[in-house]
This record gives sequence, C-alpha cells and structure tokens, in this order.
Amino acid sequence: MKKIVIHDPTLRDGNHAVAHQLSAKQIEIYTKAAEKAGVPVVEVGHGNGLGASSLQVGEALESDVILLETARKNLKNSKLSIHCIPGFATIKRDLERAISIGVDVVRVASHCTEADITQRHIAFCREKGKDTYGVLMMSHMASVKMLVEEAQKMELYGAEGIIIMDSSGTYLPTDVTERITALVNSLGVPVGFHGHNNLGMAVANSIAAIESGAKILDATARGFGAGAGNTQLEVLIAVLERMGYETGINLYKILDAADIAEKELMPKVPTISSESIVSGLSGVFSGFAKHVSRISKEYNVDPRDVYFELGKRKVVAGQEDLIIEVVMELVKNKED
Amino acid sequence: MKKLKVAILGSGNIGTDLLVKIQRSEFLECSMFIGRNLSSAGMTKAIDMGVRVSDKSINAIIEEPESCDIVFDCTSAKDAVAHWKILEKLGKFVIDLTPAKIGILCIPAVNLQEAIKHQNVNMVTCGGQASIPIAYVLGKTQKNIEYIEVVSSIASRSAGPATRLNLDEYVDTTELGVRTFSGVEKTKAILNLNPAQPCIDMQTTIFAKVKEANMDALKKELDIMVAQIKAYVPGYHILVNPIYENGRIVVMVKALGLGDYLPKYAGNLDIINCAAIAVAEEYSKQKTK
Repeated sequence: MKKIVIHDPTLRDGNHAVAHQLSAKQIEIYTKAAEKAGVPVVEVGHGNGLGASSLQVGEALESDVILLETARKNLKNSKLSIHCIPGFATIKRDLERAISIGVDVVRVASHCTEADITQRHIAFCREKGKDTYGVLMMSHMASVKMLVEEAQKMELYGAEGIIIMDSSGTYLPTDVTERITALVNSLGVPVGFHGHNNLGMAVANSIAAIESGAKILDATARGFGAGAGNTQLEVLIAVLERMGYETGINLYKILDAADIAEKELMPKVPTISSESIVSGLSGVFSGFAKHVSRISKEYNVDPRDVYFELGKRKVVAGQEDLIIEVVMELVKNKED
Repeated sequence: MKKLKVAILGSGNIGTDLLVKIQRSEFLECSMFIGRNLSSAGMTKAIDMGVRVSDKSINAIIEEPESCDIVFDCTSAKDAVAHWKILEKLGKFVIDLTPAKIGILCIPAVNLQEAIKHQNVNMVTCGGQASIPIAYVLGKTQKNIEYIEVVSSIASRSAGPATRLNLDEYVDTTELGVRTFSGVEKTKAILNLNPAQPCIDMQTTIFAKVKEANMDALKKELDIMVAQIKAYVPGYHILVNPIYENGRIVVMVKALGLGDYLPKYAGNLDIINCAAIAVAEEYSKQKTK
C-alpha cells in the first residue's frame, strides 16, 4: 500500500483561530486524542511557532515551555513537532529550550523566497539529532523555478523533507500538481503539502499533491486553523482510505478526536467566511484574518478593501503591522 | 578646517556607502579603504574615486598606524573582536558597525555626547537605529510599560549573506538596545524580509504594552526626537502617527535611504551609516577644537 505521513498542526495552526489562547488543559485533551488515533506527528505552539508570542502577531495565553511540556507528557508514540521561523525564534532563546523539553521534530520555516535564513537553524537541529524539515510558507508568491531553488537550498542545509504551504488558501489543484511535480523531480528528500481552505480546495489540493508524489500532508481536526482553516484531517483520512493510501491513523479514533477537538478547542468551527474568500483570492496570509476583522471594524473600513490592498503590496507572514498602516490609509482616503 | 583621518575596514556594501558619505563630510577624510580583495565592487568604486586602498585587512593599519585616527569596522562580529584587540592598543577611536557589542551602544539622537567619551562605540543594528529612539521616547513618556516590541521589515535585496546568516545576533543585539535605552525589561525584536518587487522601503513598527497611554506627551516628545534624527538621517519620518489600539501603543516609522552607494529603499543600511558618520563627525569636532 502507498504510504502517506500525516503531520497534524491542530494545536499550532489552530492557535491562530483563537488568537493564540489555547490552554495547557486543551493541549492535554487533544494530544491524548491524537495519540490514541495514532497520528504520527503532532505540532504544538503559537500560531507562528516558537518564540512568536508578540504584540505583532498576538500574545499567547501559555508560554512555549508550558505548551511543549504539556504536549510532551501526553505524546508517547506520536512525535512532538514545532514550527520555527528564524527572525521570530532564535537558537539560544527558543530552540535550545524546546529541544531540552524533548521535541522530536523541528520544521524550520521561512517565506518562500528566503530559505537562506534557515541555514543555521536547520543545521543546529540536525546536529541535535532531531527530525528536521524545511517549510516554505506563502509558496504561491514564488515562481515554480524559484520554489525549487529555495527547496534545494533547504535540502543542502540538511532538511530531511520539504513542505510547501498554501498559507493563503489560494491554490487550485493544477497549481499544486505543477509545484509538487517540479519539487519531487528536483529533490532527494520527501515533499509535503500544507493546505488552507479559503477557496474550498484544501482536500482536493492535498490529493493533487500526493498524486504528484508528495509523501507528507498537513491536516487539522475540523480544519482548525488560521482564516478559513486547514485541510480537514478526518475528511482527508476518510478520502485517503477510499483511495487506498495507508496513514497508520485509525478512522474511528480520528473521528472521535475531531469531535473532541470541536467540543473542547473551538469557540466556533472554521467556516469559509466571505472575508476568507477575499483573503484567499488576494493571496494574503491566513493568520491575518482576526487582525483584519478587528482593526477594520474598529476604524469602520471594509475588510475586503484591506485584503485587496494587502495583496497588492505583497505582504508576507509576520508583517501584521501593515494591516494598521493600510487601514489608516483607507480611513484617510475616506476623509479626503 | 582640519579633517580627521578615517580608515574603513571592510569593503562590502556598508563600507562602500560610508566611503561615499565621508566624501561630503567637512570633518572627515577617508585615508584608507581596506578590504581583502582589490577586485571587489567596493574596491573598484574606491579606486575610481581616487581613494587609497589596501587588500591587507587589519595589517594595513598595523603596518601604518599613523594612517588614521578613526576606524569604522564594517566586517563581522567575529572579526571585530579580533580587530579591537589591536586597535585598542594603537589608540584608535573605533566605530563598530557589526553586532559585536564590545563598546557602548550608541543612538546619536539619544547619547552621542556620552558615547564619544568611549574608545569603542557600537552602532547596535540597522533596525535598532530606527526603533530604539522611539522606544526611548516611550520609556520617557509612559508609566509602567509592561513590554516593548520592535518589528522591522526590509527588502530582501537589502539583506546580504551576512545579515541572513546572523539573524539571531540581530535579534539579540536589537533587544539589548531596546532594553538599555527604554529601561523596559521585557523586549522583543522581530525582522521580516519581504521580496516584493519593486523593493519595499525599510519600515519599523514599535509597540508598547501599557494600561494607560499618555498620547499627548508621546506626540510632543516624538516630534522633538524625529527632528533630532532627521538632522543625521534626512529620510527618517513617522509613517503612521501614534495610536493606542487593543492595549498597545503603535508607532510606525520609515527610513528612506539617501541613495548614495545603496538604493533608496535600503534605509536599513543607510540609517546605521548615517548614525556612524554622526558619531565620527562629533568626535572629530571635539578633537580638532
């Protein structure tokens, strides 16, 4: 049977959906459920990963230490994973501590054109013997050729797999096929795909990815994640079973885990809101959703205008402060 | 007026842009432009300008100590530590543009006079030169700041290989600077690289978490501070006037470069160079008085 490895960032990407307010208790509940279901890799942390609790992106309820220690206690067979963006997380302040807590997997991420900022962090995690992946975020913002070059850099630095993220939920299946095919043909390490559901394509895009040779898929319970949410894990598992792919995840138990997640983690289940559709169309980072809603409402501007303007400016993940600038400009234009 | 002699150590983008700026100075002249490779872009530019060059690195100064009074170190944090051991003994005034953190941290608009009493002055980081003066004003005007955070976004093309490899040092040094000048214990620095074409101008946002904000005092002091910075960085300005939103004060500033050797969008490189020149000129003024 064809094998696919599932990485589950419910407790990391999902943190975007609740303004990074996931509690230790919630981490405990879901990690237990994921462990029972046989999820191979469980990612935990602030929405933007290690060391990202900030006024810029949002302050987390719990420290990285509490989040990771809690998860560590409850994961035995499932591996504990973290997301790490250089520029937010440093080796000394963040990575060393996370590794001492006992994370198994580190996914070192950068904007899709900036792989060279991951060199030292990837090398450090490899030296420490961790499963180390390179992640290219906002991958729709690079040409296929450039995406391949950046992925090759990460492979050269020591990444044992490369995951591309459709952080804005912008892709259609043909976009995914083109990129994953090019990556699989150029890399010696496994390729993965991380989908968002702004245009309702997350599961279809994930299938396009594995049909093109991807071996790793990210998905979250009920799609709990930034903006319109991620690829819905329990749906994906059902689809993969029908297609004859092996994930090692128990269907009944992952359905249970999703029910538990809905009840215990989510004030509301992610839906594709009107704003999310515009966010996907304009290619804006899904993590911006809560900030755009709040600030647009406060200053009485149309959030759709904000998304299109942010898209025009080619804003990248981590530039949340630009939301304020764009809103202020729209306010000024309205007054003029 | 008598000009002090300056050696520039490091012939990369920063060093070459400094060279162009020094040509305009009434107080400084570049007596030696020093690198490792005579055929580099920076060296070629210096030779074209008729400036004396050397490819002997620090040995150029060891062999001819009288060639300069001031040394700009634009190499790397690691090399700057080795250079200082030599330059200290030779009695040189060193302006360090690497994140080596050997000497006093200097933001000219805040502590210029204090800094030039020291023999080694560190220019913090590019993002620090933009954000720390604002953090200082926040510390001065607001009561009980819980936390300060500074976020800079720069054009990918303005971040060279050394910057990319040394992001952790950038974060550490900028946080130290914000802490030192604002008096706020809990600080964080974030750097974003944006590859958009045409290149984005460098911009920086400063956040302060406070229960009650004194916006009037802030605006007043901010205007004074910006005027002081503009005296040495003409392209520095407030992009979004301070607002108090969601329990945080937000100030956004932009530093547009002069477009000397580096393009205008690379305000991150321009601002640290302008600050370094301001230090050298003040030192020169006092020495030649």
